[in-house]
Amino acid sequence: MAKLKIEDLRRIKESKKGTLNLREGVYRAKVTVHMGTCGIAAGARTIMNTLMTAIGENKTDDVILTSSGCAGLCSQEPMMTVEVKDLSPVKYVYLDEEKTKKIFREHVIGGKPVAEYALSMGSETTY
Amino acid sequence: MEDLSLHLLDIIENATAAGATLVEIGVFQDSAENELSIKVRDNGRGMERDMLAKVRDPFTTTRTTRRVGLGIPLLEQACHEAQGHLNILSEPGQGTEVTAVFRVNHIDCKPLADIGLTLVTLIAGNPDVDFRYESNIDGEKIIVDTREIKTELDGVDITDPEVLALIRNLFQKRRVNSSRHTAGGRINGEIED
Repeated sequence: MAKLKIEDLRRIKESKKGTLNLREGVYRAKVTVHMGTCGIAAGARTIMNTLMTAIGENKTDDVILTSSGCAGLCSQEPMMTVEVKDLSPVKYVYLDEEKTKKIFREHVIGGKPVAEYALSMGSETTY
Repeated sequence: MEDLSLHLLDIIENATAAGATLVEIGVFQDSAENELSIKVRDNGRGMERDMLAKVRDPFTTTRTTRRVGLGIPLLEQACHEAQGHLNILSEPGQGTEVTAVFRVNHIDCKPLADIGLTLVTLIAGNPDVDFRYESNIDGEKIIVDTREIKTELDGVDITDPEVLALIRNLFQKRRVNSSRHTAGGRINGEIED
């Protein structure tokens, strides 16, 4: 029977000693992948996997990844919302692996939204 | 949905949306009996009798962003296509149990595919929900219980990439070996990512 080995978990626990638990502490960016039926059918799980891999490869320790349901724009799935501290949240649409990698690099890490993949930008003015 | 692991991800979304704190997942395949069953039990808010009666209708949804809900109808269709059936038990305040049964050797039975990726996606996306996963695919067993993992990790985030990689690795052996025979010939379970 396959089961996680306790010694593997203990090894990880030891190696992370003293680092912050992001969800309890402060994070710099939050990425939400929309995972309703529509999103999943359109490939949201691949987007989630791309982000998990990118976070692992970059050893990113200040970004949290989460999932949510359908945002009501099913025809434009897969979608994700990127919230970087001090910046307006941006919804990205029609995602694929390459676009997701670029958004992760430029917006999540670099702090510069990728306008060409966004649903809309700068439309929330109140004047 | 291309495969059953995506259907599984989709219906568990219903469980987490219903406020479940524990989701128990069972995947049991007995090729000799030509049966595959996937069971999801949650401790969410459950459904009233009238909701339970119409939940298979695609024009039923609790959502306000749109007027259709396709998760359950699509899963039921996948069951029917493989001469199986879908059972739903629910009690307000008690939670919901969904069981999908398939004839595994039916040519239209979708492959299970990457269940490991579905599980880590669920854990990464819902770190506050606990998942207990158990599978027995023709004698090959896997158990993952996030409650046990969290106890061992003692404060380290379960969404840590190293932890998620360990969980996914449990499924690697099955993915390589899992191929099955159907009327159409050999279909390999190795699909994706």
